[in-house]
Amino acid sequence: MSKGMVEVPPKGGFSFDLCRRNDMLAQKGAKAPSYRKTGTTIVGLIFQDGVILGADTRATEGPIVCDKNCEKIHYMAPNIYCCGAGTAADTEAVTDMVSSQLQLHRYHTGRESRVVTALTLLKRHLFNYQGYVQAALVLGGVDVTGPHLHTIYPHGSTDTLPFATMGSGSLAAMSVFESKYKEGLTKDEGIKLVTEAICAGIFNDLGSGSNVDVCVITKGQKEYLRNHLLPNPRTYVNEKGYAFPKKIEVLLTKITPLKEKVEIVEASDAMEE
Amino acid sequence: MDQKPFSQGLLSSEADSQRTLYPYVTGTSVVALKYKDGILMAADMGGSYGSTLRYKSVERMKSIGKHSLLGASGELSDFQEILRYLDELILYDNMWDDGNSLGPKEVHSYLTRVMYNRRNKFNPLWSSLVLGGVKNGEKYLGMVSMIGVHFEDNHVATGFGNHLARPILREEWHENLSFEDGVKLLEKCMRVLLYRDRSAVNKLQIAKITEEGVTVSQPYSLKTFWGFSAFSNPTVGAEGSW
Repeated sequence: MSKGMVEVPPKGGFSFDLCRRNDMLAQKGAKAPSYRKTGTTIVGLIFQDGVILGADTRATEGPIVCDKNCEKIHYMAPNIYCCGAGTAADTEAVTDMVSSQLQLHRYHTGRESRVVTALTLLKRHLFNYQGYVQAALVLGGVDVTGPHLHTIYPHGSTDTLPFATMGSGSLAAMSVFESKYKEGLTKDEGIKLVTEAICAGIFNDLGSGSNVDVCVITKGQKEYLRNHLLPNPRTYVNEKGYAFPKKIEVLLTKITPLKEKVEIVEASDAMEE
Repeated sequence: MDQKPFSQGLLSSEADSQRTLYPYVTGTSVVALKYKDGILMAADMGGSYGSTLRYKSVERMKSIGKHSLLGASGELSDFQEILRYLDELILYDNMWDDGNSLGPKEVHSYLTRVMYNRRNKFNPLWSSLVLGGVKNGEKYLGMVSMIGVHFEDNHVATGFGNHLARPILREEWHENLSFEDGVKLLEKCMRVLLYRDRSAVNKLQIAKITEEGVTVSQPYSLKTFWGFSAFSNPTVGAEGSW
């Protein structure tokens, strides 16, 4: 019935068509816009009751700090969290996507998600894109089979480790872990060690900075300690405060509180069941 | 002077054979710190030829004159050349026979000038040098890089030690470390380097310099721990995965 070309459905996977055009533009001297990278120090370790994840909170765009207090520990499942380093958009998108897939899987099976499920979904996705999705992840959680900690590299390879670090500050954090980690740490010792490792990254690596986030996952419960430590407080505040420049004459000051049009019901976290 | 055709450029291939382009036989990091009585320096004994571990008994720390100790990482042939320059320097100093001898500050300054001048001629000595010493009770510890960047500090590290040892030293170094504490701290750094630097070998020497002189220890190995349960059974809970 239809004349001319038959519509061929697009084959799956990444379309590399624009890469040649980008290369040509780069050769002609056009500079590509820089990605918002998360510079970063992210760590994870296994202690006697479960897994502790830690991350710094600085997001960089080239030499500029674009977000002083971003969240790098992403929710995957009630019992699984994932820290992300690399390109911020990639880590957010990929963890979001796998988190939804895990939710659907939970509905389908009626069981708690396992860490290896998240691991396999993430590594399959990243391998499929041959490293172009620049997300380096530290995945940790506790499921029926016990506590697990994995690292996932942008090309799709994974490691199972007792302690792991990723990001530009990974060497500084790894030096702390390699010298002080031992098996069977208690929760307080574990939190202290994770904080020390992230601080080593914050103070010795330029791509990491600001505050320390910690997430403790044990069987049946989790503690998300956002801004657990603030080692870089703002120490100088100008006492004069803000004053309108002399040329501006304030004629009238009227403060109208915004009216609430919709009543917000404080429901329990929509993310968790 | 014969005219070189301008099309060949300023850095032609003929001139390339006259200058250092890449290092060939390299040593890895050197870590050093000041302690109560002087300077402690540690370096392993490996000389890598690219990715092969070619030489396993290279002494990368040598005493210079009466008051200094030099450790080097990077191209080993350049280290040996620097030792010859320093030999000549110390010899001329001894020939003055005036009761004065070159201290670590002077040797450090000399090395900085040598490295910087070579870099300006686009023919660098491809080494990072650590110079430590004690003279008249004053401790001195400094570093010179291959392009002539030099500074003095309480603790220094070259190569991979910059990333792996420096955070540990910044946290745990303090004034007036005892000898045992200093050695423990250096061993901590060297152990992390052994785990995480691919060109490190488990055969190291620790050198100590005090007012009395230089002592370089016999080579020995560090104890390592590999008994984590995640290492012995990484696929627990998911047989067949990796």
